[in-house]
Amino acid sequence: MYEKTLSELSLSEQSQALESGELSSVELTQTYLERIKQLDSDYNSYITVTEELALTQAKEADERRAAGDATALTGIPVAHKDLFCTEGVKTTCGSNILDNFVAPYESTVTRKFKEASAVMLGKTNMDEFAMGSSNENSHYGAVKNPWDTKAIPGGSSGGSAAAVAARLAAGATGTDTGGSIRQPASHCGITGLKPTYGRVSRYGMIAYASSLDQAGPMAQTAEDCALMLNTMAGFDHRDSTCMDREVPDYTATLNDSLEGMTIGLPKEYFSTGLDAAVEQRIRDAVAEYEKLGARVKEVSLPNLELSIPSYYVIAPAEASTNLSRFDGARFGHRCDNPADLMDMYKRSRSEGFGEEVKRRILVGTYALSAGYYDAYYRKAQQIRRMIRDDFMNAFEQCDIIMGPNAPTPAFNIGEKSDDPVAMYLSDIYTLSVNLAGLPGMSVPAGIVEGRPVGLQMIGRHFDESRLLNAAHRFQQATDFHKASPFKA
Amino acid sequence: MAIDASEIQKVAHLARLSIDDSQVEATAGTISNILDLVGQMQSVNTDNVEPMAHPLDATQRLREDVVTEPNNREKLQSVAPAVEDGLFLVPKVIE
Repeated sequence: MYEKTLSELSLSEQSQALESGELSSVELTQTYLERIKQLDSDYNSYITVTEELALTQAKEADERRAAGDATALTGIPVAHKDLFCTEGVKTTCGSNILDNFVAPYESTVTRKFKEASAVMLGKTNMDEFAMGSSNENSHYGAVKNPWDTKAIPGGSSGGSAAAVAARLAAGATGTDTGGSIRQPASHCGITGLKPTYGRVSRYGMIAYASSLDQAGPMAQTAEDCALMLNTMAGFDHRDSTCMDREVPDYTATLNDSLEGMTIGLPKEYFSTGLDAAVEQRIRDAVAEYEKLGARVKEVSLPNLELSIPSYYVIAPAEASTNLSRFDGARFGHRCDNPADLMDMYKRSRSEGFGEEVKRRILVGTYALSAGYYDAYYRKAQQIRRMIRDDFMNAFEQCDIIMGPNAPTPAFNIGEKSDDPVAMYLSDIYTLSVNLAGLPGMSVPAGIVEGRPVGLQMIGRHFDESRLLNAAHRFQQATDFHKASPFKA
Repeated sequence: MAIDASEIQKVAHLARLSIDDSQVEATAGTISNILDLVGQMQSVNTDNVEPMAHPLDATQRLREDVVTEPNNREKLQSVAPAVEDGLFLVPKVIE
């Protein structure tokens, strides 16, 4: 019975079917592995498929469930973005420089999934070192959007988003440094959550920009994301930036009433540059919230436009230092027959890194170099505070902020790849959330010319429960999240 | 803000990257465009604004100065390009 409808079941529905005994994890895992074999050549959403490991884990999960020791995720097949170190499994970060890297240790996030006995189907494709908004910058080739293979899936967690959208995983992990969970979730018609900075451990995540990177769940529904976040969130002594705060049960408040909740609509989110059809989907979604009892209020984020220059200094600056560890000496690619140490560093790095990574390293090195630090990095961090303060002021007038994730639906592969500046401008609605460290989410809100559009929701620090609650109530009232590329 | 070819080569050296001579001009052009974009910040008055390093203004957590991690040298060196006697091998540094 499940063979036919399996790929349409949400993660939580699968969890219930496993719990009732209607379904086994082995059966479920085999179905996904088969789908990946049949379909993923069209999407390129996986870099590595861990078939044997997945079947072993599925068998163990079934045994654990039979022993009455299951969690909600026990036996659920998930995929991990290929920047989470997974012990004994190739971990590439989408880069040639790590093409030969088998991680010698496990990231905290993937360890938590293992401890819950979730099944790992494999590692998903991504923009190299998570640098990109389109998932065209992967050493393993571009990921294609399951809704339209001419379109980008969004980056940098594009492989995770495409895998969930094409029903090649029940859920997937992603990371978001400037919108890398929310944008691909939006473009692929799935639900994705970037938690508050520090809510989820970054230990074992290959670092891009340390003060911005944050891991989060990507799945069909808000309920699924809540189940995954329950597993992912929490304090970790191995990550010195991880916050020591209690983790609520994110599923407990999903059904709370939205009566009296105030939605802030930043006027800067609806200015020039926003596609009219995208704007309409967002406004329709907000109207749906009013029906659910929410009030709407215009707010202002006056420094929104400055988030682009601020981000594109801070992120490359941090990247240039984080990526200095790729030197050909201790792990990763080393060039053949280096003449001397400098030659080894330069050739190993130049052969290993792709164009966008080199570009950001150069910008970051320049911004941090002697004489420029105050003009660039310090200035960017001052503007970062102004952006954060704008949000704090807005949240005095509202409980949740809503708007688009991106100015347009997914653009075509190749359309912006020759113009980095045009590409960077597409991040205008997401970057500020990372600069301010706030939680943000994307939920499906309709289709424009065959391509999905997501509603972005932004919450106060550590207010993930409210985002998930608002998203869940919306998904109970609408069907946008149920649309799939196979029955559109 | 424009950056010229010689400056690009200097920054590339600092970043331990090599840029092909044929690519230097094009790279300088792209980086200049990005610097123009980020240069928009310069017109903003940030007097008396404290730079923000952490969105929650958190400070680095400290721990007791005791060994907590096991010695994983062999495991960690198993992915190294070249090792000998527990050391990473690199091209000769001192003649």
